[in-house]
Amino acid sequence: MKALLGLIILFPAFGALFLVLFGRLLSKKLISWLSPSLVGLSFIASLISFFTLKSGTLLYLFPWLSVGNLQVDFALLWDPLSAVMALTVSGVAFLIHIYSVGYMGEDPGFARYFAYLNLFTFSMLLLVLSPNLPMMFVGWEGVGLCSYLLIGFWFEKETAANAGKKAFIVNRVGDFGFLLGIFLLFTILKDLNFSYINSHAQVLSPAMATAVALLLFLGATGKSAQIPLYIWLPDAMEGPTPVSALIHAATMVTAGVYMVSRLFPVYARSGFALDLVAWVGIITAFFAATIALVQNDIKKVLAYSTISQIGYMFAGVGVGAVSAGMFHLFTHAFFKSLLFLAAGSVIHALGTQDMRKMGGLRKEMPVTFWVFLIAALAISGIPGFSGFFSKDEILAQAFAKNRAIWAIGVITAGLTAFYMFRLIFMTFYGKPKGWRHAHESPPVMTVPMIILAFFSVVSGWIFAAFHHFLEGLGYVHLRELAPSAEHILVAVSVSLALIGIGVAWWVYVRRERGFNFGIIYRVLAGKYYVDEFYEVLFVTPYTQGSRAINRYFDKGIIDGAVEGSGKITMEGGRLLSLLQTGLIKDYGLWMAAGVILALTLAIRGLL
Amino acid sequence: MISALIFLPAAAAIFLLFIPEERARFIKGFSLVFSSLPLFLGLWLLLRFDPTYPLPQFVERARWIGSGLFYHVGADGISLMLLLLTSFLSPLAVASSFNYIKERQKEYYIMLLLLQTGMAGVFAAQNLFLFYIFWEAMLIPMYFLIGIWGGERKLYATVKFVLYTMVGSLLMLVGIIYLWKTSPDHSLYFYNLYSLSIPPGTQILLFLAFALAFAIKVPLFPFHTWLPDAHTEAPTAGSVLLAGVLLKMGGYGFLRLAMPLFPYAFRLFLPYLVVLAIVSIIYGAAMAFVQEDAKRLVAYSSVSHLGVVMLGIFLLSFKSYMGGIYQMLNHGLSTGALFLLIGMLYERTHTRDMGKLGGLAKPLPALAAFLSVTVFSSIGLPGLNGFVGEFLVFLGSFQVSKTAGAFAALGVVLSAVYLLWMYRRVMQGPVKNPAYMDLPKMNLREILIMAPIVVLFFWMGIYPKFFMGKFEKSARFMMEITQQKYKIVSIVEQGGAK
Repeated sequence: MKALLGLIILFPAFGALFLVLFGRLLSKKLISWLSPSLVGLSFIASLISFFTLKSGTLLYLFPWLSVGNLQVDFALLWDPLSAVMALTVSGVAFLIHIYSVGYMGEDPGFARYFAYLNLFTFSMLLLVLSPNLPMMFVGWEGVGLCSYLLIGFWFEKETAANAGKKAFIVNRVGDFGFLLGIFLLFTILKDLNFSYINSHAQVLSPAMATAVALLLFLGATGKSAQIPLYIWLPDAMEGPTPVSALIHAATMVTAGVYMVSRLFPVYARSGFALDLVAWVGIITAFFAATIALVQNDIKKVLAYSTISQIGYMFAGVGVGAVSAGMFHLFTHAFFKSLLFLAAGSVIHALGTQDMRKMGGLRKEMPVTFWVFLIAALAISGIPGFSGFFSKDEILAQAFAKNRAIWAIGVITAGLTAFYMFRLIFMTFYGKPKGWRHAHESPPVMTVPMIILAFFSVVSGWIFAAFHHFLEGLGYVHLRELAPSAEHILVAVSVSLALIGIGVAWWVYVRRERGFNFGIIYRVLAGKYYVDEFYEVLFVTPYTQGSRAINRYFDKGIIDGAVEGSGKITMEGGRLLSLLQTGLIKDYGLWMAAGVILALTLAIRGLL
Repeated sequence: MISALIFLPAAAAIFLLFIPEERARFIKGFSLVFSSLPLFLGLWLLLRFDPTYPLPQFVERARWIGSGLFYHVGADGISLMLLLLTSFLSPLAVASSFNYIKERQKEYYIMLLLLQTGMAGVFAAQNLFLFYIFWEAMLIPMYFLIGIWGGERKLYATVKFVLYTMVGSLLMLVGIIYLWKTSPDHSLYFYNLYSLSIPPGTQILLFLAFALAFAIKVPLFPFHTWLPDAHTEAPTAGSVLLAGVLLKMGGYGFLRLAMPLFPYAFRLFLPYLVVLAIVSIIYGAAMAFVQEDAKRLVAYSSVSHLGVVMLGIFLLSFKSYMGGIYQMLNHGLSTGALFLLIGMLYERTHTRDMGKLGGLAKPLPALAAFLSVTVFSSIGLPGLNGFVGEFLVFLGSFQVSKTAGAFAALGVVLSAVYLLWMYRRVMQGPVKNPAYMDLPKMNLREILIMAPIVVLFFWMGIYPKFFMGKFEKSARFMMEITQQKYKIVSIVEQGGAK
């Protein structure tokens, strides 16, 4: 039965390869059946694995890197963590494949799109099923590649092409850390299998564990769009919306959280690293939420919201609650991909992403409206919806560990509710602004949304089972809180969320226009000018410096020296050739001079 | 057998002398066949190769000019891989020229075939004398290839190329003569030379002479400025073979000669060499980033990538050493492919100025696909070949020196910067020139040139063991000689290997 694991990755791999090679020859109809069904099969294989395979099942395929004492095998691992991820990834990917059939129906790059999407699913599953760090890195880079390809899917657009490039390069900065982390870990432990690393984390000195953890975490901040490397994600919204839903919301961007959870014993070995993860997470959550408050592009709101929510996950893992962080990852995958798909449905209908040109869509697009509302309630943490369970779990665990983190988290929850309902009110309420015709999306798009809406509600109810399941890993435990304390915490966060919704309603439905807070507004709308800051700090010096070195040093000094030595030879030759006058008396003179010189030297004993 | 692999192309070149220039079709076909035959011979050798034996195999030896000097060829695992690389890239270079070269075709293919013999000879030679002859002989066809069929500034580029290389190799010749005089049997057979004990002072001088020749060839910073000019001016096939094979001779020379022959001096200069390698990685990447000419960009990227190779070889950790050798093969394929693709673009657009290109993925989707795979191979995306080499080099270096490993690994970021920038400017964005919409699509010949390279990208990336297993033993042996793990006493009688 182990072979099932191979099937999980084989189906989408086959789809990608087949579509790359023959996609141009196939009809759209065939592609729209083939590509989603392969991912569906992958989901079924994951589901069967879930029920039949024991935790710790390892499918060995072949040796990959084996040089000296470095032995890295190509293998697949099934344990609670990878099971949760594989199910989420293949399930959400399946629904988004179906949705894409409708969304991308008119696009001339249909085959290419599905080839990339299959390739992404394959890489992501490889990432979560890998039993060692280098193989995880294969998936890690593979999803990065697909992200690059899909952000720049409409490559004729300058902004899209630039955004793809930016995403890849920023991620590479993170990968630089990731690689050094792998190297350091190998230098100490001589083994890169997760099982070995986690069972030997105690061998690492706390300082070394900190170094390893932070280097790897740099990779996580790249992939999962956290401070300081989050800057690529908002730009990534240039890609087709289903891609934003799958890659830049539900799955790939959570890979960092998965990685930290996977290597939690290493992080736990270093208290400092864990604290840093928590702080980076919660600050990112707050920071991104504030930017989301003022965005007018519907996808940008969701992008900053994603950054913010992933911040919660890191905060959860960072305060030691791996299962809470993973739980939020799980619920977030449903409601956030739903938010994107619903936003895509609106964009598909109106052809614009600017919320100021929307409004009043509730009647024309009822299904979209209702699923959007459900997802918004889920992300806002309204009781009964999935986000409530996972976010409150994180906040409760934070409260037990560090009240400051909890406080920031709760405030962010209020902000989240505000920007989410600001979005809903601007889009679906009020009068239509600048559009005439809108129509509900076809069933191929609405059905996946309805399914996701269903999970956005119910996925929260399984939390007890979820924690219990993850405890199978052996290093996942939650702190117990007194029931009364827990009730108070819930009351605080829920009331803040309700206040957020209320304010949004008051501003955008009652008052019908936002406030202008002058400088604060400008700073937020300018996204704190972080991009500009990086531009001045890194991009410009590198570019200008390289240009200057190229001109003055490479061409000037080095080549100058090379050509100079040539010139000296030629000039020297020319000067010496002056001696060659062709007159015998000159030669005689030189000979005489030479003889005299030689004699003088000989007499003085120098020769 | 191995002599046939070396000399078949040259024999074909001599035969071509008697074919009239007008029969261009025949000349092309004939050249392609005879530049491909060595590949089949090479594959046959690969099948018969015993990977457990570290010393040269398939040895052929014949009495030659006396004075103890023999004609002596053979191949250990490292040489075999490089011979295969040579035999693989040469026919592709021939095939890539069919449309590109329109003038003096006969002479052109004669030069290419002679070049192939010269390159193969360098990797197969088993004594310094023969090595030097091939090393120099190879320069002549390359000189003509750039000088006759090159671009606008071809004369400047050829003179620079030849002078640079000659300066290096002349000093090496002095060193070779010294070694010939001092070695007891005057054979200059590599494995006998390893057992010489050369006094430290002499080692330093000799090492500098050899190292300069090889550092220019690699090229290591600051001896690199001939490369961008030579690459830019050379015809596509010239660039492919220059980057794909010729540059490898620098690395090969270090690992086969300069390092094991003069281990004391090597150890003395090691810190400087490591610094040069790391500077090459970063400097090459930074310079590549600011080029306007696509070929110049790739030329500087070679400086950067060869820096990785040299770092791996210098540091003598088994992982980095293996990675360095593997990276030579990777670089040969991916940079060869980059030049092939840029050549195909140039045939269509007649420019390599990236400011004038743009949006070409629209009219040329297949070319764009091949370019993107090649770019990612070169960036070192896991799953493709480049990653395996880089990972091993960086990991091995990191274990020796954390600082060196960390600085070198910066190449991971920088290579993505300049290569994606190139791809962005050439292939993406709006189509710059409306005339580009009508560019001819990739033809079957071009696809057949690229397809085997791409297959190798994946094969070498996913199952590197197949390739590494072949040269693992030889690499360890060479490395341990350099580390002086054991003192070799005239290892094998000459030609004693099977």
